[in-house]
Amino acid sequence: MKISVMALVASVGMAASAVAAEIAPTAVTYTDGAVEQSLTGVAGNPEEGAKIIGSKKLGNCVACHQVTALADVPWQGGIGPVLDGAGDRWSEAELRGIVANAKMMFEGTMMPAFYKDTGFIRPGKAFTGEAADDTLGPLLSAQQVEDVVAYLATLKD
Amino acid sequence: MNMLTRGLATGMMALFAASGAMAEAADDNLVINGEIEIVTRTEAPAHLSDTMDEIMSGWLFRGEETRAMEADDFDNPGMIFVEQGEEAWNTAEGSEGKSCADCHGASSEMAGVRPVYPKYVEAAGEVRTLEMQVNDCRENRMGAEKWDYTGGEMVNMVALLSSVSRGLPVNVAIDGPAQSTWEKGKEIYYTRFGQLELSCANCHEDNYGNMIRADHLSQGQINGFPTYRLKNNKLNAVQSRFKGCVRDTRAETFKPGSPEFVALELYVGSRGNGLSVEGPSVRN
Ligand code: HEC
Ligand code: HEC
Ligand code: HEC
Repeated sequence: MKISVMALVASVGMAASAVAAEIAPTAVTYTDGAVEQSLTGVAGNPEEGAKIIGSKKLGNCVACHQVTALADVPWQGGIGPVLDGAGDRWSEAELRGIVANAKMMFEGTMMPAFYKDTGFIRPGKAFTGEAADDTLGPLLSAQQVEDVVAYLATLKD
Repeated sequence: MNMLTRGLATGMMALFAASGAMAEAADDNLVINGEIEIVTRTEAPAHLSDTMDEIMSGWLFRGEETRAMEADDFDNPGMIFVEQGEEAWNTAEGSEGKSCADCHGASSEMAGVRPVYPKYVEAAGEVRTLEMQVNDCRENRMGAEKWDYTGGEMVNMVALLSSVSRGLPVNVAIDGPAQSTWEKGKEIYYTRFGQLELSCANCHEDNYGNMIRADHLSQGQINGFPTYRLKNNKLNAVQSRFKGCVRDTRAETFKPGSPEFVALELYVGSRGNGLSVEGPSVRN
């Protein structure tokens, strides 16, 4: 647990220092729920994206979604739609908007916003139940969002 | 079609295509020890009529083996703690040298108390949980130390008080002097807390019956508390469960015994009006 948290912090830090042009969570522009501009300017890595989607510690998207192509990830949930074919249904910009803040696309959706760091009610410090402090960052880093989007774009029927 | 309905439509299609991710509540009846009939599903109380038709005990969302454990007191690990509660019931403590039994009689005399809690207590001028009443008796009538709100002794006592009411219908009052607290609890129930921005309703009203990762979501009813959980092998207090659920939304939780959780317990309790008291129940 400690190790993966540190790895996460390290990867967030690296993404930030490697790319000066990273867009901050509060600076993202949504048009009809979609985000045209890459958050980092660096192409996403779909393999990393697949890992993030399946990992409990990262995106944990499979808590709510099934992805047939990730059948080796156990216990996929049934709250949201099956993501098979998401790359056909949505453009890259739409996928980026959905992952960054799905509430911009689907009003009131249960899906959490993965690239947002303000505007929460009683935010906590991860899963400790304690109040968040000023280290509160978005659930995924800008590059991790790009990685997830790159993977979703490969999901074609 | 706008984005919203388009997303919804594909979502619906995908949901129907999904296999295994949606699991029905069990079609099963609970009779404890072959004699106590438990209502595990019934018509929703009037205050929920715009929201749902039927309320269901969490028992129906557990697997066959877990359900079977609750049907027989010899198989229900929670009953050991009821026995410990019974011992405490009969033990004199504190400066007054009195036991609960000295004033209240046999523990079975308390049948009918559990189903109406939390309730507005006239003498106290506030809504109280069973835990608050027990601690009030300890502190002010026995001259004994208060028990930790969700600690072992308290959970055992609440398990005893629940067990003698098993089979009776939950009947939490929501009007009169309890109403403002109830409204506050309702607001908390629908507030999307934490970094995951999830309300109780997101999971337990909109998605009961669905799988969230490995968990089969129930309606989050509290008629079965305290619950013996196979996950941590102990009896769990209702407000410990609330705390866990709020924590899991990456939120700062409320404290057990806080005004917020008391209000929430009153509200959630009333969503189960009509189900039988089932505690101590078995859950995973
Ligand atoms: C708490 C549950 C939850 C989690 C966690 C979650 N989602 Fe969703 N997601 C939903 C729901 C519900 C919808 C349906 C949108 C709506 O509310 O109308 C949705 C919709 C979507 C859609 C559009 C649906 C489609 O395929 O047409 C995509 C893409 C998506 N989610 C991707 C993700 C990704 C990627 C993650 C992880 C980074 C994720 N979701 C995490 C609940 C969730
Ligand atoms: C000195 C006498 C005395 C002792 C000892 C005592 N109680 Fe009480 N208790 C009362 C009185 C008086 C009330 C308030 C009147 C009533 O509702 O019965 C009360 C109320 C309660 C209630 C609320 C009952 C209701 O119908 O709303 C509970 C629960 C309770 N006591 C539990 C306990 C427990 C558990 C113990 C032992 C740890 C205990 N009491 C010890 C006198 C006592
Ligand atoms: C992210 C989803 C989620 C949210 C939000 C959530 N819970 Fe839960 N809750 C669960 C899961 C999973 C379980 C275990 C399976 C079940 O019984 O639903 C559970 C169990 C429970 C139980 C135990 C039910 C039983 O029969 O033993 C109660 C009570 C409960 N939740 C109340 C609440 C309350 C009150 C809130 C709001 C403060 C809440 N939950 C928010 C997911 C959630």
